[in-house]
Amino acid sequence: MTVTAPRGSQRKDAPAAAAVVNTGTSEIRELFTRNLRTSGIYVALVAIVALFAALTGGASLGPGNITNIVLQYSYILILAIGMVIVIIAGHIDLSVGSVVALTGAVSATVVIQHGQPWWVGVVAALATGLAIGAWHGYWVAYVGIPAFIVTLAGMLLFRGLTLVVLNNVSLSPFPADYGQIASGFLNGLLGGAGYDIFTLLIFAIAVIGYAFNQYRTRKTLIGYNQVVPSFPLFIAKILVIAIAVMVFAWQLAIARGMPVVLIMLAILIMVYSVIMQRSVFGRQVYAIGGNRVAAALSGVKVRSVNFWIFVNMGFLSAVAGIVYSSRSNGAQPGAGNMFELDAIAAAFIGGAAVTGGVGKVVGAMAGGLIMAVMSNGMQLMGIDQSVQSVVKGLVLMLAVAFDIYNKRRAGSR
Amino acid sequence: MADHILEMQSITKTFPGVKALSGVSLAVERGEVHAICGENGAGKSTLMKVLSGVYPAGSYGGDILFKGQTCSFSGIRDSEHAGIVIIHQELALVPDLSIAENIFLGNERRGASGLIDWHKTNAEAAELLASVGLREEPTTPVGQLGVGKQQLVEIAKALSKEVQLLILDEPTAALNDNDSAHLLDLVRALRDRGITSIIISHKLNEIEAIADHTTVIRDGKTVETLDMADPDVNVDRIIRGMVGRDLEAFYPDRDSNPGEVVLRVEDWTVKHPTQDRLVVDDASFEVRAGEVIGIAGLMGAGRTELMMSLFGRSYGKYVSGKIFMHGKEIHTRSVAAAIEARIAYATEDRKAFGLNLIDDIARNVSAAALGKLASWGFVNHHEEARAAEFAMKSMNIKAPNVKSIVGKLSGGNQQKVVLSKWLLTDPEVLILDEPTRGIDVGAKYEIYTLINSFVDAGKAVVVISSDLLELLGTCDRIYALSAGRITGQLPKADASEERLMTLMTKEKELTA
Repeated sequence: MTVTAPRGSQRKDAPAAAAVVNTGTSEIRELFTRNLRTSGIYVALVAIVALFAALTGGASLGPGNITNIVLQYSYILILAIGMVIVIIAGHIDLSVGSVVALTGAVSATVVIQHGQPWWVGVVAALATGLAIGAWHGYWVAYVGIPAFIVTLAGMLLFRGLTLVVLNNVSLSPFPADYGQIASGFLNGLLGGAGYDIFTLLIFAIAVIGYAFNQYRTRKTLIGYNQVVPSFPLFIAKILVIAIAVMVFAWQLAIARGMPVVLIMLAILIMVYSVIMQRSVFGRQVYAIGGNRVAAALSGVKVRSVNFWIFVNMGFLSAVAGIVYSSRSNGAQPGAGNMFELDAIAAAFIGGAAVTGGVGKVVGAMAGGLIMAVMSNGMQLMGIDQSVQSVVKGLVLMLAVAFDIYNKRRAGSR
Repeated sequence: MADHILEMQSITKTFPGVKALSGVSLAVERGEVHAICGENGAGKSTLMKVLSGVYPAGSYGGDILFKGQTCSFSGIRDSEHAGIVIIHQELALVPDLSIAENIFLGNERRGASGLIDWHKTNAEAAELLASVGLREEPTTPVGQLGVGKQQLVEIAKALSKEVQLLILDEPTAALNDNDSAHLLDLVRALRDRGITSIIISHKLNEIEAIADHTTVIRDGKTVETLDMADPDVNVDRIIRGMVGRDLEAFYPDRDSNPGEVVLRVEDWTVKHPTQDRLVVDDASFEVRAGEVIGIAGLMGAGRTELMMSLFGRSYGKYVSGKIFMHGKEIHTRSVAAAIEARIAYATEDRKAFGLNLIDDIARNVSAAALGKLASWGFVNHHEEARAAEFAMKSMNIKAPNVKSIVGKLSGGNQQKVVLSKWLLTDPEVLILDEPTRGIDVGAKYEIYTLINSFVDAGKAVVVISSDLLELLGTCDRIYALSAGRITGQLPKADASEERLMTLMTKEKELTA
């Protein structure tokens, strides 16, 4: 398994070298050492999945548990998408936990107290999130207060407002249709005996799309004199990833089918990956994080970009708030506590640089999954909460230390 | 034989892609003032960084003998411990700390308890200030002092370390005449106290006035060491050593036939962003199609500030003035608008202001022209890669491919990436701020060639440079800027270093 993972990230980040296509037996080892910086995270993810599968006697990979991980950590992953963008631009957002709580509270008030339909709650939560994002963005981008301070203030401010909105008590339960957002499944659409064909079909389409995209990228890279793995290795990589994904799909299919929230997450990941890698906006975010002055002198409207980064973070916090309130079937004053730290950890474990300019949405997802699989595995093993916290802290520390070590090594060349 | 406090023997130092020093030798007598002269990029500062341990022993070739003993400094602390103190062009003071705190930074005066003894600190600082002739309270924050006084604080700091060899890198570049004179008097006084000084300076008159010996460095090599007591040695003699080559051969030929006026700036006035003074004062100039104009000025004259404020008001507070392109007034309130108006500005410090060093060539080249390479807000990667490939070929950028990280390229190649970035925006006016600073001779020639082919296509170029020879070699017309004012312009035929220098120092009012 571990052999395949580094090549998952091989496409774009291959350091420059003269040869066009690698051949020879040392290729696999070379791929490892050369791309450790960008691929280390995927190796780590596979290793941790394998480790907990072994420790829990396979229970962590069981159908029920896999579904459970998806449902339980989706909102952290949603937050991590926004957070990695904030971090790439060289900022931080400490307020997202409080924003999750406030948007959930707003939604609960609208739906539960005022008896509005579920979608009115969703719209109200999203509007709240956007307004909060604009508030942060205004202070960071146009007044020039460091995001650390602005969002630290926001963390207190919006936690307080949550208490005000909820009148200090929990609101529950939501009507059943609101609960479908986070706990719903799309299954039985195409039938299947004991397994859900629809789920398998969706994943199969995704795998084929992925393979096709990889092939096109490979061809483009060759066109631009880039290093690519040799063709058999390329095929092997696609195959292994395809098998891993289809096993995952099978586990979902024999459990409860396709979670609605997984579809939502997949769409968000795809959309934001494209935005960050292909859009002008995404490129400007990287440019600002890499060298703010140079970006400004190249015509990037730094203030405006910073503003929208925070508006987007507010939006995604609201999405996470909706998913969380839906899953917990209510709004609590203490909801979302420490979520910001999980999201930040996911981004940094996923290879984002503390100094900005570096990071990827997909990396943050892998980082978030590492945290998720670890937490979940330790819970299955009945490990004490205190030990879990220690382990998570150490993993975060080591991940960033590893990143800095790699950079220093690269710099001294 | 003379008593040499310092001997540097055939020092070599190589950076990736550039050989900065290739065999520099330097012998400094005890108790003298020794000047080092050379053009920008000749290797003076690199040599001093080798001497002071900024580049540790082992990263360069050759030997350093200080007081007869071979030295291998692994850092500034080592060299300071030996009694060698360097004062850099950019002063290394902490503005918010007091004079006394700055003087003893890293070298704090402690009492018996191990805590800082503030009485001792301030009393000793007061003595040191008296010895450098600075009448300020030791408790005054350094940020409240002018540049000239800050320089004196630096010297007091050096004295606190019991300096035996003081190195001053361009000490008077940012000073007005009074402050410069005072500083030079102080260096003489230190010589009388037995402290040896090395002065790096472009101001040759000052060198003539103060130095006992002058070593001339050119292209990373020692050319000669002149005895200033020799009546035949004067400023012209030093310049001959510094230039030492045929100017014409170094700058590629170009037939100049300027067309109509492309860019005209009228009465441009800009205020300092925080202080209440004018950085650019009523400046007017124009540049024609097919013409290269130069902006000459001493450090602090407002050259960069003038151009940056024109380029989408990227600097200072705009006060008044008009910009015309092809006779039509334009209002460029943002960089994007300036780019839209087909003005391009390549910054002076490419690492700090010009490039995203952690990103690749393709993304740096496209950074200012993303709008052109995108449709519906999405960048066309093929177009981008093609543009970058084209730039690499046409500019002769030496790198494995367009995905190479810019931070790992040599200075010359980085500068070519900057130029590629701006050429991709298809400008009509290209403003180049110190286009060849810190790059080697070969790359310089290539950049001059690029400038020529750009103006041959009927475009206009503005060059800002501290290197007067570069301006004389590349420009059709040169404007001189002094304290924010344009004090004159000279066509190529009439221009000389002396005439430019006269204009550059004209009516220079106190700026400190």
